[in-house]
Amino acid sequence: MNKPSSISTKLVLVPASSKGRNSIKEGKRDRAKAILSSVFVYLFLSAAALLCLFPFYYMIAASFMSYEEVSTGSFFFSFATMGENFINNYTETWTRLQFLSHVGTTLLVAVSTTVLQLLTTILASFAFAKLHFKGRDFLFMLVLASMMIPGEMLAITNYSTFSSLDLISSHQTYFQAILTMVLPLISSAFYIFLLRQTFRQIPNELYLAARIDGKSDWQYLWKVLVPLAMPTLITITILSFISSWNSYVWPSISVSNDSYNVISVIIRGNALQFAGPSGAMITNTAWQMTSSVLTVLPILLLFIAFRKYIMTGTGRAGIKG
Amino acid sequence: MDEERNNWKAWLYLSPVLLLMALFTFYPILNTVVVSFLKDYDSTKGTSSGFSFFNYGYVLGIAANNDVGITNHDFFSWNSPSAFSNTMFITFVTVPISVLLALLIALAIHSIRPLKKFFQTVFFMPYVTNVIAIGMVFGVLFGNHGVVNALFHLDTPWLDPSSSTWGSCMFVLCLYIIWTALPYKILIFLSGLQGIDQQYYDAARVDGASKMKTNLKITVPLLSPQILYITVTSFITAFKEYSSVVGLIGRSYSSDPNTHDLYTIVYYIMDAMNGNMGASNKVAQFASAAAVILLLVVLIFTLLELQISKKRVVY
Repeated sequence: MNKPSSISTKLVLVPASSKGRNSIKEGKRDRAKAILSSVFVYLFLSAAALLCLFPFYYMIAASFMSYEEVSTGSFFFSFATMGENFINNYTETWTRLQFLSHVGTTLLVAVSTTVLQLLTTILASFAFAKLHFKGRDFLFMLVLASMMIPGEMLAITNYSTFSSLDLISSHQTYFQAILTMVLPLISSAFYIFLLRQTFRQIPNELYLAARIDGKSDWQYLWKVLVPLAMPTLITITILSFISSWNSYVWPSISVSNDSYNVISVIIRGNALQFAGPSGAMITNTAWQMTSSVLTVLPILLLFIAFRKYIMTGTGRAGIKG
Repeated sequence: MDEERNNWKAWLYLSPVLLLMALFTFYPILNTVVVSFLKDYDSTKGTSSGFSFFNYGYVLGIAANNDVGITNHDFFSWNSPSAFSNTMFITFVTVPISVLLALLIALAIHSIRPLKKFFQTVFFMPYVTNVIAIGMVFGVLFGNHGVVNALFHLDTPWLDPSSSTWGSCMFVLCLYIIWTALPYKILIFLSGLQGIDQQYYDAARVDGASKMKTNLKITVPLLSPQILYITVTSFITAFKEYSSVVGLIGRSYSSDPNTHDLYTIVYYIMDAMNGNMGASNKVAQFASAAAVILLLVVLIFTLLELQISKKRVVY
């Protein structure tokens, strides 16, 4: 109970110290209190941040360890053997998982989903934001309501739909697997909601101006609205790419041939096992952690590069009327 | 007049999304409800022996399976952990803890100036990571001879397939879910806090309100739209927990007894779909019945939260 109360003490001191020009009156005692509570806030945040980052630290550290080190709970890797372990872990994981081919598949799925999602989202958001037609509000509510439906519920029927189209079968081809993974994920109610908000904020005067210039609706959308909505579109692109890179549930059930599957499914398979002394298969946890690094690191770097777009875009979704 | 002209054009712009949604969202919802009422449904042939409540009876552990003649308590049971009780436990433990913790962290970040951006970024990082990959990291951290046991000089078989307990598995799972659930909540709370007008705090200061009181009477009420939004979405997400379980212990229900300790509603649905339940073929009708129950749970809680919020949320 100590930490929470100390934070709340500090919180209200912020306006006091930032706004209160009459701090002379408040005296030294208040100042000491303010410093103390801000120390508490930083301590609390640092402790929480360490816990938050620890899995990332450990994943990377373990990729420099031997299997023995990981399975005895080592906290640090030994400097003497780190180079050797690193090379062993990465070459073994890379070849055993056929990493390059699965990352290729994952990239193909993520890029096609993202591009098609952007395209359909732009078209639909334009209609919902700028065109007047019968049943618009009802239709928009229907699209929004679909966000409440658990995606797993849809997977049951989508599985039989794709089976009956012969896209899911024991003789599924690579192209069919990609098509199956991409198609159900293209339409996204959430991104339509996000982009419609942005389009609506663009003043209608621009529309009239475009009409006077002789632009059609189609030209207005691509020449005026889309460039103006660029920050939101970048946010959608990155979020969409990241979530398709990380998708697990639908690929795990819809792809019959494991060699056509995405990376999330493959790292949870048994490619990183070896035969133990009793003959039972044991997962090499050092390799496993290495596979986590290989899966997470590209996205983490992407996030750090685009964090402004991701964080403002995601934050905006929470503030709505 | 404008409306007339736009009608067909609008539908043209909407057609890709509507077509895809009709096929992969709206049709599946209706179909799932229908299939959940079909007895002995065969998804490959599309045949059944008629309308019945049997699937619900089977899923809820009341009716016995035709083929095997035994009742199944994987989904619901009064006296042992089941998919339903585990999901409820996960929801009611992780949602309140993560919402409160996120609120505290957001308030703390909001109150500081130096390093603010740094902490914002750090706390958002788990949001973009892969649930499976980091789940495996948690699995290794809580291994029999993992870092957690080594660090605290423990000998707890947290997730061990043969010797773990329900409590130890569930502890690790809830911890992991809270870890993954925090970033989004912190971000939403922070953007809400940034929108609060400084004037309110100035007024409270003039009135001589205590710090604690200012937080409770000003910050929390003004943040109530965000708190409502986060609570509703967190409940929906928590009811659907599945990937985190797979990340933590893998997907091997039949061979791995500790999977049962972490069984969730969606895990049950996936097992029923994949034919992992001892039945000879895939049992889409049981998966559908369970999915409809899940949908009802989600709807009831969402409506309940919106009803409560009518009295509490200040706009």
